[in-house]
Amino acid sequence: MNILVYLVPIALSLGLLGLAAFLWSLKTGQFEDLDGAAWRAIQDDDLPGRE
Amino acid sequence: MSAVATLPADAAADACRIAPERDWSAYTVAEPDGRRRLELAVENITCAACMGDIERGLRRVDGVGAARVNVASRRVAVVYKPGRIAPDAILDRMAAIGYPAHPFDPAAARGTRSEESKRLLKCLAVAGFGGMNVMLMSVSVWSGNVTDITPETRDFFHWVSALVAIPTVAYAAQPFFRSAIAAVRRRAVNMDVPISIGVTLAMALSLVNTMTHAREAFFDSALMLLFFLLLGRFLDENMRRRTAVEAETLAALRADSAVVMRADGGLIETPVSRIRPGDRVLVRPGERVAVDGVVRDGASEIDASLVTGETTPAAVGRGDTVHAGTLNGFGALVVEVTAVAEGTLIAEIERLIAEAQSMKAGAMRLADRAARTYAPVVHSAAALTFLGWMLVGAHWNEALVIAIAVLIITCPCALALAIPAVQVVAAGRLFRNGILLNAGDAIERLAAADTIVFDKTGTLTEPEPRLLGAADVDPALLARAGRLALGSRHPLARALARAAGAAEPLPGIRERAGEGVAAVVDGIDVRLGALGFCGVEPAAVAAMRAAHPTASLIAYREGRAAPVLFALGQSLKADAVATVARLKREGYRIEILSGDREAAVAEAARALDVADWRAERDPAAKIARLDALKAEGRRVLMVGDGLNDAPSLAAAHVSLSPVTAAHVAQSASDAVFLGDRLAPVAIALDVARAARRLMMENLWIAVVYNAVAVPIAILGYVTPLIAALAMSGSSLIVTVNALRLRRVAPPPTARPASAAIVGETGAVSAPVSA
Repeated sequence: MNILVYLVPIALSLGLLGLAAFLWSLKTGQFEDLDGAAWRAIQDDDLPGRE
Repeated sequence: MSAVATLPADAAADACRIAPERDWSAYTVAEPDGRRRLELAVENITCAACMGDIERGLRRVDGVGAARVNVASRRVAVVYKPGRIAPDAILDRMAAIGYPAHPFDPAAARGTRSEESKRLLKCLAVAGFGGMNVMLMSVSVWSGNVTDITPETRDFFHWVSALVAIPTVAYAAQPFFRSAIAAVRRRAVNMDVPISIGVTLAMALSLVNTMTHAREAFFDSALMLLFFLLLGRFLDENMRRRTAVEAETLAALRADSAVVMRADGGLIETPVSRIRPGDRVLVRPGERVAVDGVVRDGASEIDASLVTGETTPAAVGRGDTVHAGTLNGFGALVVEVTAVAEGTLIAEIERLIAEAQSMKAGAMRLADRAARTYAPVVHSAAALTFLGWMLVGAHWNEALVIAIAVLIITCPCALALAIPAVQVVAAGRLFRNGILLNAGDAIERLAAADTIVFDKTGTLTEPEPRLLGAADVDPALLARAGRLALGSRHPLARALARAAGAAEPLPGIRERAGEGVAAVVDGIDVRLGALGFCGVEPAAVAAMRAAHPTASLIAYREGRAAPVLFALGQSLKADAVATVARLKREGYRIEILSGDREAAVAEAARALDVADWRAERDPAAKIARLDALKAEGRRVLMVGDGLNDAPSLAAAHVSLSPVTAAHVAQSASDAVFLGDRLAPVAIALDVARAARRLMMENLWIAVVYNAVAVPIAILGYVTPLIAALAMSGSSLIVTVNALRLRRVAPPPTARPASAAIVGETGAVSAPVSA
C-alpha cells in the first residue's frame, strides 16, 4: 500500500494541471465564442495554394 | 452666435451635402501599445465561411493589426494603428466584402453579465475538480469498509480528502455563502441559507470524524452538492447572458447615433450617449430623430407613429418640438437638444415605466417561491431529526450525522436544476424561433397570460408604409415612378421604390428640399413628391382620401400628363390575420389598444375580426386600461413597439416587442422577437406553456424524491453512497425531463437570418477535470 503515497499525489497533481489549464483558457477568452471555435478547427485556409 | 445662424436660409439642406465625420474617440478603446481597438456589430454573419472572409479580408488591409470574429455574438474586434488607417476605411472595407458593420457605443454596452458567468464557471470547475478527486477516495473507502481496508489507509484517504475539500469549498461555495450572509443580514431566508449551513456542517463534522479516526466522512457529499448547485446556477446565468449579448448587438445594428453640428460648421457623427443639451443636431431627410429638441432651422414633416402611434405625418417648422424616435420626411432639420429634464417626452415615459415596474415588484419567480416554502421545512426537518435522535439516546455525533444527511438529501439539487434546466432548453427553443428573452422569469409569466393586448402601429401592421391598392396602378408607370423614387431618402418614396421593385435610379435626379425629386428623361420633366409640387387637383386628392382614409398621399407626374396619386399606408403584417385567429382559437381574449386615430384602428380591427378595440389612447390611458383588465383578474400579455407603449409594456403582466421597436420599448419588455411576422407571439406562448408544465413536473419530481428519501434519512439509513446516488439520480431525471421540451415548436424552415446562428443553448458543456 506504500505505492499510494506516490500515486495519490500524482493523481491529484494531474487533476490540478487540468484545472489550471481550464482556468487559463477561460482567462484568455477561449470560451467566448464556442460556435466560432468549432468552425475554426475545420477551416483550411492555412493550406498552401489558398488565398 | 453660432455658425448655423449665419448660414443662408436653407442651411440645413446645404449641410446635408457634406458627409459627416464620425467621432471615433467615442467608439474606440486604446490598447496599451498605442493602437486602438474597435468593436463592430456585423450584419449577415451566418456561418463559418463568413468568419474566414471577414478575418482574411480585414487582415490584408494595411494598418489593421488583428481582426477576430465572434460568431456567437456576431461581432468583430479590430485592432488598428490610428496613424495608418482611419476607422471609416475599416467600415468601408467591411461593406465592400459584403458585411456591413456598425460600431458599438461603449457607453451603452454592459459587460457585467459576462463577468458573473465567468466567475460561476470558475467555481464550477474548481468544485468539479474537488468533487471528482474526493469521490475517488470515497469510493475506495466505501468499498474498503466492506472488505479489507486498514484503519491507517482509511485515515490517509480521509486526510487527503480534507486537504482537497477544504480549499475547494472555501473557493467554490463563495456565491452561496455571500448570498446567504446577505439574506441573513436582511433577516430573510433564501435557498442559499440551508445550502451554506449544510455544506459548512458537513465539512466540520467530516473534519472531526477524520481526526477521531471514524469510519465515515462526508466530504464527497458536500462537494457533489456544490457541483450540482453551481451547475444549475451557471445554466441560469448563461441563458440571461446570451440574451443580454444579443440585445446589445441588435442595439448597435440599429446605430443610435446623431449628426452633431460643431461650432465651426463641421458635422460629426456621435453616439447618442455623448450628446449634451444645447448641442445642435442635423436630421437629414428620411432619418430618424435621435434626440428630443426644438427645431431651429428647416421645415419638414414628421412621422411620429413609433412615438405616439399616430400614423398621419405632421408638419414641423422653426420652433416646433420633435421627439426621439420620430421619422423625418422630405426636409432637413437642425434640432437644438433640449435639457433632459421634467417635461420632455422621454422623462415622462421613464417616470411611467418606473411607476409601472414598482407596482409589479411583488411578483416572484417560481424558483424563489418554491425556495421560500422549502427552506423552513428543510431546516426544521433537520433540527427535529437531531433532537429526535438525541431524545432516543443516540450519541451527539451520531445524531448530527443523521441530521446532516437529512439536510443534504433534502437539499435542493433537483430543485436547483429543475427550473434552470427547463429555462435553458426553452430559451434555446425560443432563440431558434427568433425570440430573445429579456427577463429570466418571462417564461413563467408568459405561460400564465390569458389576455393579449396588441398595439396597432408597427405591431399588427408593418412598421414601414406600403403601397395601398397596388392592383389599380399601371405597372409600367409604377416601375418608372419607382426608379425616380430611388433618388430620395423619404420614407414614402422608399416604400414606393420597394413596391415597384426598382433597382436602378434614373440618371440626373435632383432633390428639392421639402418638396420632392425631379429628373429629365428624354426631354420630359418627371417629378415625384408633395401634392403641390406635382400640381394635383383638389378633386383628385379628395377622391383618393375617400378611398384610403388613413393613407399618406404622394404624387407622380410625367411632363404635362395628369399627375398620378399613390396612397401609401400601414398594411397588416403578412400573418397577422392567421396568428390572431389562432390565438383566439386557443382561447385568448384579444384586444387592440392604440394611440392612432379611430378610423385607422377600426379598419385594422375589422380586418382582424377583433371586437375589443380602443383608439387615441396616450400612455397613461393605456396603463389605465391594463389596470382595469388586471382588476378583472386577467393576466395580460402586452405586445407593442412604440415609445408610447413602453410604460404599458412594463405595467403588463408580461410583454413582447418586435425588434423594430423603439429602444425604450425593447428594454421595458420581457422578450423581443425578430422578423416582420407576428407568428413568434403564438410560438412564445406555446413554448412558455410547455416549459411551465415541465417546470411544475420537475418540482413534483423533486417533491416525490424528497418524500421517499427524507424518511430514510431521518431513520438514519442513509450512507454517503446512497446520498450521492440519490442526489445525482434526481438531478439527472430532472435534466432529462427538461429535454422533452425539444418536441415543442420546431424552428421554422426558413429561419430569420439573425436567429439561425444563435446555436444550441441547451448544450452547455460542463467543465470537469479530474
